[in-house]
Amino acid sequence: MTHTINRRGLLKASGAVALTGALMSPAILRAQTAAIKVGVLEPLTGNLAYNGNQCVAGARFAAEAINAAGGIKSMGGAPIELVVVDAESRPEVAAAAVDTLVEAGVCAFTGSSASALGLASSQAAAKYDLAQVFSVGTAEAIVERGLPNVFRFTPGVEKISAVAMENLGLLNAAAGNPVKTAAIVHEDGPFGSQLSGIVEEALPQLGITVVEKIAHPTPHRDFNNIALRVKASEADILIPTNYLNEYTLMTRALQQQRVDLKAIYSVLGGAASNIKFVRENKDMAQYVIDCNHWYDPRKEQSKALAASVAAAGLDMTYDVMVAYAVIQVVADALERGASADRKAMIDALAASNFDGSIMPYGPTKFVNGDNVNSRPVNLQVRGDEIEVIFPEEYATAEPVFPRPSQG
Amino acid sequence: MSSLILPAVLNGLMMGAVYALIALGLTLIYGVLHIINFAHGSLLMLALYAAYFLFQHLGIDPYLAAVIVVPLFFGLGYALQRVVIAPMSAGSEQNVLLVTLALSLVIDNLALYFWTSNTRTVDVPYAYNTVEVFGAYLTLGRVIAFVAALVVAGLMWLFMTRTRTGAAIRAVAVEKRGAEIVGIDVGHTYAICFGLGTACVALAACLLLPTFYVTPQVGYTFVLVAFTTVVMGGMGSLPGALIAGLALGVIEALGGLFLGESLGQIGIFVAFILTLLFRPSGLLGRRPA
Repeated sequence: MTHTINRRGLLKASGAVALTGALMSPAILRAQTAAIKVGVLEPLTGNLAYNGNQCVAGARFAAEAINAAGGIKSMGGAPIELVVVDAESRPEVAAAAVDTLVEAGVCAFTGSSASALGLASSQAAAKYDLAQVFSVGTAEAIVERGLPNVFRFTPGVEKISAVAMENLGLLNAAAGNPVKTAAIVHEDGPFGSQLSGIVEEALPQLGITVVEKIAHPTPHRDFNNIALRVKASEADILIPTNYLNEYTLMTRALQQQRVDLKAIYSVLGGAASNIKFVRENKDMAQYVIDCNHWYDPRKEQSKALAASVAAAGLDMTYDVMVAYAVIQVVADALERGASADRKAMIDALAASNFDGSIMPYGPTKFVNGDNVNSRPVNLQVRGDEIEVIFPEEYATAEPVFPRPSQG
Repeated sequence: MSSLILPAVLNGLMMGAVYALIALGLTLIYGVLHIINFAHGSLLMLALYAAYFLFQHLGIDPYLAAVIVVPLFFGLGYALQRVVIAPMSAGSEQNVLLVTLALSLVIDNLALYFWTSNTRTVDVPYAYNTVEVFGAYLTLGRVIAFVAALVVAGLMWLFMTRTRTGAAIRAVAVEKRGAEIVGIDVGHTYAICFGLGTACVALAACLLLPTFYVTPQVGYTFVLVAFTTVVMGGMGSLPGALIAGLALGVIEALGGLFLGESLGQIGIFVAFILTLLFRPSGLLGRRPA
């Protein structure tokens, strides 16, 4: 069979192509589903800028991964488009920023690195029926207000301190109960005071006597006195609850004053959750344990995230992990609800039983906005790395407890 | 508790030396020229970052970095006074206050923008080295800062009393118009003084870095104590700033020991109020004629 192309034939063919193109174009346009806007409200400037920017990086990595995997399939493969707004580390700005997010047409938003910011933004978002999936917000007040638009994926302070004490009991028992006495050092603000109070109550139940409890202001310039008091108390273990600057000075003073402790076991803070601290204070950071938010490092998605973070030259912090995970939660809700409507999103999130995040959690179950299946893990600095040491099923290294003598 | 008193006093003296070092620069600017420099803490922070980056990128030890940072900050201080503070304040003391406050806001926020609020420290091999004195372990870095505070206060005193520039600064401080009439370049003298003050704070930063951390907010941790030191020592008195700094370090340490760390810092302000009550011109300040 031979085909000859003459002028008439070419015209016919061209007309057919043009007609087909005209008829097909709406179908092509329909296939290019509009992006779904998801808000990311984080402090990009101000005191919490580092955490906020880390969170935004985590959210971007998550959105890129989801879009690369085909977007939201139940909505025609719609890609996720992040709308990033700066909370400026100020609660009033965080609240006002919700208007910007609503005007941008987001279906839900994540954020906001600190409880104070999240409390303000979620309150403002409630007026719009706009869901906020918290990245980091440990204050229990977040989930105690009964707001239907609040979803806290990560654990709060009560759960973290309870798990931290439970894990300490298990670590101590496994080592033959070498720790019998403890010193608590805490910052005297709401964070340190509340957490240290819970810890102080829990320790006697583990057979550990609190022999010293020292509060200090933030900022605090000199920890020599505190180190001397901890030394004089002859405590086996130190449980600090303070911010990183003071933590740095405190561990230096402990080292300089030759305070020989069987363990430094912090809750929500410390060397063992900050890779920068480990890099800059290698000797001092060794064997420090922390109970904090962290991902499951064994999952493939976690490994891919770690590679992306390293390629971008960023620090792998829990902010990145948590922000990544909450975008996964939002994407799953979009997938299940097949709608970007704000109320539909709240319903989809409330019914979420998502089991595919990078965090070491079971399926999501929000009860009054709090994910009852979230949990912190124990981390320990080992060489240049931060290893998960507890619980066993997520561990990347055996715990060293008690630590080798520093004397 | 009694066994902790001597170590606490000695450690307080070492911390007090740091306060004195920071206050020496301020006492020149605030005490002699009556310029309330709200940017002093921000300049301390900038110098800490300068020493930090020299260590991180070029491997220069913070103590050696002083050779670069101190002259650099002298120039910066000189330029700030000549190009920013003097023209913008137009000689008015209230305007100077606002200009230095604005400067501090700009410097702090630029630092936050470029370097983020993350804590940075240097890991020098001697960071944990200590000196044992009467059974108390004193941080080597703090002992060095203590000795440096004594030396710098002495050198500054010699400079102010034995050199022509020092005499010019004192003359401008006492009678600006008269100094102008006898041919002293007041603008240049102000800038020299501001440069010297900034150089002092840069030296304090280099001595502080091995034992402390750097963040864009770190200046606030010291600036209030530095102002207290200047006024308590007697405005413009370099030996006064040294004595007041050391005293405040000890008071703070003992306050922390006996009243608890949260309440201990109140000792600084109690001492300050008591000094002003019984000696309004400060410990070594000149009484008004």
